[in-house]
Amino acid sequence: MIGLLLRDLRLAVRAGGGFGLGLAFFLIVVVLVPLGVGPKADLLALIAPGILWVAALLACLLSLDRIFALDHEDGSLDLLATAPIPLEGVVTIKALAHWLTTGLPLTLASPLFGLLLHLPGPAYPWLMVSLGLGTPALSVIGTFGAALTVGLKRGGLLLSLLVLPLYVPTLIFGAEAVRRGAEGLSATTPLVLLAAITLGSIAALPFGSAAALRINLR
Amino acid sequence: MELRVTDLACARGGLPVLEGVSFALAAGRALILRGPNGVGKTTLLRTLAGLQPALEGSVSHPPETIAYAAHADGLKATLSVAENLAFWARIFGTGDIAPALDRMHLRDLADRPAQNLSAGQKRRLGLARLLVTGRPIWMLDEPTVSLDTASVALFGAVVREHLAGGGLALMATHIDLGLDEAEVLELSRFRADPRRAADVFDHGFDEAFL
Amino acid sequence: MTSIWEYANPKKFMQTSGRFLPWIAGLAALCMVGGLIWGFFFTPNDYKQGSTVKILFIHVPSAMIAINGWGMMLVASLIWVVRRHHVSALAAKAAAPVGMVMTLVALITGAIWGEPMWGTWWAWDPRLTSFLILFLFYLGYIALWQAIDNPDTAADLTSVLCMVGSVFAFLSRFAVDFWNQGLHQGASISLDGRDDMANVFLFPLLTCMLGWVLFFLTLVLLRTRTEIRARRLKALIARERMG
Repeated sequence: MIGLLLRDLRLAVRAGGGFGLGLAFFLIVVVLVPLGVGPKADLLALIAPGILWVAALLACLLSLDRIFALDHEDGSLDLLATAPIPLEGVVTIKALAHWLTTGLPLTLASPLFGLLLHLPGPAYPWLMVSLGLGTPALSVIGTFGAALTVGLKRGGLLLSLLVLPLYVPTLIFGAEAVRRGAEGLSATTPLVLLAAITLGSIAALPFGSAAALRINLR
Repeated sequence: MELRVTDLACARGGLPVLEGVSFALAAGRALILRGPNGVGKTTLLRTLAGLQPALEGSVSHPPETIAYAAHADGLKATLSVAENLAFWARIFGTGDIAPALDRMHLRDLADRPAQNLSAGQKRRLGLARLLVTGRPIWMLDEPTVSLDTASVALFGAVVREHLAGGGLALMATHIDLGLDEAEVLELSRFRADPRRAADVFDHGFDEAFL
Repeated sequence: MTSIWEYANPKKFMQTSGRFLPWIAGLAALCMVGGLIWGFFFTPNDYKQGSTVKILFIHVPSAMIAINGWGMMLVASLIWVVRRHHVSALAAKAAAPVGMVMTLVALITGAIWGEPMWGTWWAWDPRLTSFLILFLFYLGYIALWQAIDNPDTAADLTSVLCMVGSVFAFLSRFAVDFWNQGLHQGASISLDGRDDMANVFLFPLLTCMLGWVLFFLTLVLLRTRTEIRARRLKALIARERMG
């Protein structure tokens, strides 16, 4: 299992853009928004929590189709399915690797992007906590979507269509936590709900992902 | 150690292609699957390897004993030969890759990225993967594609050693590897009967309703 | 006693559904036309909302079918996963576009109703938003069916999606409620005996709802029959090729 994780991380680093691509996309969205809505600091501060969360979500979405597609093309997925690791373990590790290469860097870099959008001071800790709690759910749910569409030729667009509705609760609770933080209110309730969704997804969805993979491989 | 297949039927893309396949393979023996393109060699191997469910019949072998090698070698272009092999060794919990590298004459290429290998070298690496799995039943789909004569001979020798060590091999190939231990199974006689090969929408269906 | 699963046999299903379909369709037309005429012309105008309120006779039943259509797909998917009855998988496939259109009808009639009442065509109200999200779920489900060639694989994968999607749709509903308390009124009909709606509106509405249910049933049966014929055709073509 650790071997699989290390290989995926090494591949992400070597292929170039494993870590960088998501962050660069995040940066571009954050730069484009003020260009689109105008430079007023108070307006940007108002919408910053939502923009940051939507940008993080799209950055996660960007790299989802690579989770299984490359392994499917070169046959590794068939070989992994006959290996002694249960497929549920494989998908969990894949999701973890995806989170380590997209969700975690986004979480760590988010204060910087918050600065660009004039995010109010008290919101910063909540931004990092909510992204840290919420992005694992994005990776796990995304892995499920990737498992559903792995064998399809034009899977990329379909993958977005399938995964985005599933992201709704995570997005709502995540952005709500930051918004409440920005207004100086207590953000505990949305954070607890966000954590519940993340934990529930991690506990249950790998079974769905593994089932989808098995169906797609046969 | 025995692989026993009883009255197996398998499907490709939802359509039955083979039925009534039965054979038993004991330790130290090899079976070569023959038959024209599209007869279902790959489908049979995938079914036996557990990648797809059988329509009917049963496959019995001790658990976790099958090493499957498909057309694709499952190599990562950006990883070196040694890294590719070490990954699979770790997944299968065997660890040491040195004997496999030596056996398949890959020692000199160990640090080269897989993307810089020739097709034949990639294939040798793919076969070296079988050695590091440490599993006794090899299921090989066209293992000799893009190998030169010397490599085919090398591969034949490796398979023979594997069999001598109590292993089994099942392969779909058209090349004569010179294996005395091998029997040949002609698959075209198991071709599924199109009349019997009916799914639920083609079985006892009265045309009057359509 | 015959088991209910007997009707999951495609042949038996075609036989039985063919016999009942005209009656169900006729009854659906009767209830819908009757309910709508009763509702539109024989009920008084609301003292606040005027005649605009009468769009509820389309809006409410459509919304009901939109939600319960997904529920029916979930049940059919579960039956397919557990018992592998092909008809069940095809019924789920057949219901999806009907449910999606009903969702759209509920959204559009809601917009038409909302404009004079709230002064806006669209508001990010929890109920409206939930329906928009439900629409996206339908869209994804249908797109997945369309994308996969092998019918059994498609049935399996869409069933998995339907089950996971149901959980997330439920969560979304809850999340959206949390996100915004809205303009939309609460449910007007409930079984707790405390009637929020005058009987003069209630009875035509119930007739419409019955009509919509039968209409949904008619469309799903028709579409399932078409899907079965399509599968039958596919099986015949495949056999032709092999033989």
